[in-house]
Amino acid sequence: MEFSHDLLARAHYWMRFTRAFDDRIIALFKQGKLVGGLFSQLGHEAISVGAALALGPDDVIAPMHRDIGAYFVRGMTPARMMSQYFGRATGPSGGRDVNLHGCGDLSLGIVGFVSHIPQSTPVAVGVAHAFKLKHEPRVALDFFGDGGSSEGLIHESFNWASVYQVPAVFIVENNQYAYSTPTNKQMHIADIADRAAGYGMPGIVVDGNDFFAVHEATREAVERARNGGGPALIECKTMRIRGHAIHDNMSYVPKELLAEWEPRDPITRFENRLREMDLLDDAKQKELMARIERELDEAQAFAGNAPLPDPAQLTRGLYAD
Amino acid sequence: MTWDSIIQREIKTEIPHSVRNDNKGRNDNAARELTYLEAIRDALQYEMRRDPRVLVMGEDVGVFGGAFKVTQGLFDEFGAERVIDTPMSELCMVGAATGMAFMGMRPVVEMQFADFISTGFDSIVQFAATNHYRWGAPVPWVIRAPGGGGIRGGPFHSQNPEAWFVHSPGLKVVAPATPADARGLLLSAIRDSNPVIYFEYKSLYRSLRGSVPEGEDGVVPIGNANIARAGDDMSIITYGAPLHDALRAAESLAQENYSVEVLDLRSLKPMDTNAILATTRKTAKVLIVHEANLTCGVGAEIAALISQHTFESLDAPITRLAAPDIPPPYAPILEDASRPTYDKILDAAKKLLAY
Repeated sequence: MEFSHDLLARAHYWMRFTRAFDDRIIALFKQGKLVGGLFSQLGHEAISVGAALALGPDDVIAPMHRDIGAYFVRGMTPARMMSQYFGRATGPSGGRDVNLHGCGDLSLGIVGFVSHIPQSTPVAVGVAHAFKLKHEPRVALDFFGDGGSSEGLIHESFNWASVYQVPAVFIVENNQYAYSTPTNKQMHIADIADRAAGYGMPGIVVDGNDFFAVHEATREAVERARNGGGPALIECKTMRIRGHAIHDNMSYVPKELLAEWEPRDPITRFENRLREMDLLDDAKQKELMARIERELDEAQAFAGNAPLPDPAQLTRGLYAD
Repeated sequence: MTWDSIIQREIKTEIPHSVRNDNKGRNDNAARELTYLEAIRDALQYEMRRDPRVLVMGEDVGVFGGAFKVTQGLFDEFGAERVIDTPMSELCMVGAATGMAFMGMRPVVEMQFADFISTGFDSIVQFAATNHYRWGAPVPWVIRAPGGGGIRGGPFHSQNPEAWFVHSPGLKVVAPATPADARGLLLSAIRDSNPVIYFEYKSLYRSLRGSVPEGEDGVVPIGNANIARAGDDMSIITYGAPLHDALRAAESLAQENYSVEVLDLRSLKPMDTNAILATTRKTAKVLIVHEANLTCGVGAEIAALISQHTFESLDAPITRLAAPDIPPPYAPILEDASRPTYDKILDAAKKLLAY
C-alpha cells in the first residue's frame, strides 16, 4: 500500500497533537482547572489517527473515549474540544456532557458516544445501513474496546451488520485492560478478531502501535465495505499506558508488562520510520512541536475565556423543535 | 420503489394521488370506519407514501405482516428496503434506528410486544433520549409498542411499561385509545423530530372500530388530551384501553343522574397538564385509572400535579385505580382481578361521588 508523504505528514501532526493535547489536559486537571474525569489517549494515537485517516470526507465515525485523535482528524477544532473539557458553552455539548462523551457533530461525520460502550456500535451499524438503503458510497467506522467486546450488543450488532452486509468497519482497541480487568478474565480467546468468523465477516489482528499497519488494514476494510463487500472487524492490539481514568494509579498492572510495551510507543516508532525515510529531522520535529504548543495555547486561551453555559438555559434543547 | 429514486425527492405536503384514489375525498370524516389496528396500518401506509424517509422495521413485520398483522400489505407496496424484517435483536434495532435517523431517515420500529422493549432499554433511554440535549442531533424515530392485557398473554405479553419512558428525559410517549387517535398520533409521532414511544393496545386491535378521518385532517398533535365525555360531578382521568371501561362506567352513572367527565390523556409525555387541572377545577373529584401497576405509575405524577396546583379545588382525595404491583398474571380469573375493569371503575367512582 502506498503512503503518500502528505498522508504521513498529517499522521505525524495529528498523533503528536493528540499526545500533546492529552498532556495539556492532564496538566490542567492537576492544576485544578478541569473537573470530572479524564481518559488518557497515551498509546492509542496510532489507532485513532491511523483509522480515521483511512476515511473519506462523507464517511462517519462512532468513536469512544480513547479516540480523540479521530475527532481531530474529522475536523473537530482544538478550541471546541478544549471548550468541552472546560465545560464551556462553545464545546460541542455546550457544557452538558463530560470530556469526550457527547462530543458528536454530524456535520463532521462524528457520532457522540454514551458511557455505555458499545452503545455506539449499533448506531454505526444503522448509519451504515442507511448508506446501503440510499445506495450511497459511504462507510461507518466504529470503535470500541476489549471490555466493550464482552457486551451482548456486540453480537447483535455484528450479526445485523453481516445479515444486511452494511458498509461498517469495526475497530476494537484491545489495550489489555478494561479498567482493572485483564483480557484473560474478559474472554477465553487470545484474539477478539477470531469472533468475526462467527458472523461470516473478515477479522484481522494488527499491531495497534504501528500506524502503517492500522491505516493499511482500515483502508482496505473501508474500501471493501464501500464497494459492497460488507463489514469487517479489525483488532488493534495495544497497551493502556495510563490508568482507566486519571484517578486510577493502575497498581494492578504488572510493571514488567508496562516495561515490555514502553519501547513500542506508537509515535516514537512512527517518527523513527519517518527519519529512516528522510522525512523527518530534529529541526522539523522541533518546528512541529512548537507549532502544536502554540496551537494548544490558543485553544486553551479560547476555552478559558469562552462563555460558561447559561443556567437559565438548563432545560432548553431537551427536545428538537 | 427504491431509495435511489425517492430519497432526493421533496417531501410532498400535498396528498399523493394514490392516497386520494384509495379514499373517497377529504373532509368527509365519517366516510370510513376502521378498526384500531387498521387505523395504525393506515397511518403507516399514508406516511410512507407521503414521506420517502419513513421506513418500518421489526421482527416478522415484512413478508409475514407482523405478529398482529399491523404491517400487512406494506411489504408488497413498499418492498424490502422500506419494510425491513430484522433479526431478533431489539437492542441493536433501536440503535440502528438511531443511526438511520442520524442519516435523515424516519424509522418506525415495531416491538413485537411492549414487554420486549426492556431488551432495547439502554439504546432508548441512554442514547436516543439524551442525544439532543447532549450534542444537538435530533433522533426522529418511533417505537411502536403493543401493550396491555386482556388477551390472556401472561406476565410477558401483557405489560404496560410506559412509566419507565415518561420518567426518562428526552422521550415523548403517546398512548392512543381510539382508532382516530391511533392514526392521528402515529402521524404526529413519525413527523416529530424526537424519539417517540407509541403504545398501542392489543385488546383494541380488532375489538374497537370507529370513524377515522382521512388525509391531513386526522393529525392529532402530541401533548393534547381529549375530553372524551363532558361532565360536572367528577372526573375520570385515564389513557389507553381503560378509556372504554371508563366511558361505560360514566354512561352507567349517567343513568343514576351523575355527570362524569372522562379525560383521555392520549399523550403521556408531554402531558396536557392544563387539561388535567381544568377538569379537576371543574369537578373537584378525580379518579385516575390506568392499566399499569400502581406504584410510581403515571397516575402518581398526575396526582402530584393536581395536589400541588389545585389543592384548594379538591372535594375528595385524589384516587388511583391501577393494577396491583405484580407481574400481569395469566389465568383469566387472576388477570381480570388485576385489571381496572368496568366494575372496579364504577365502584371507585361511586365511592368518590359519595364522598
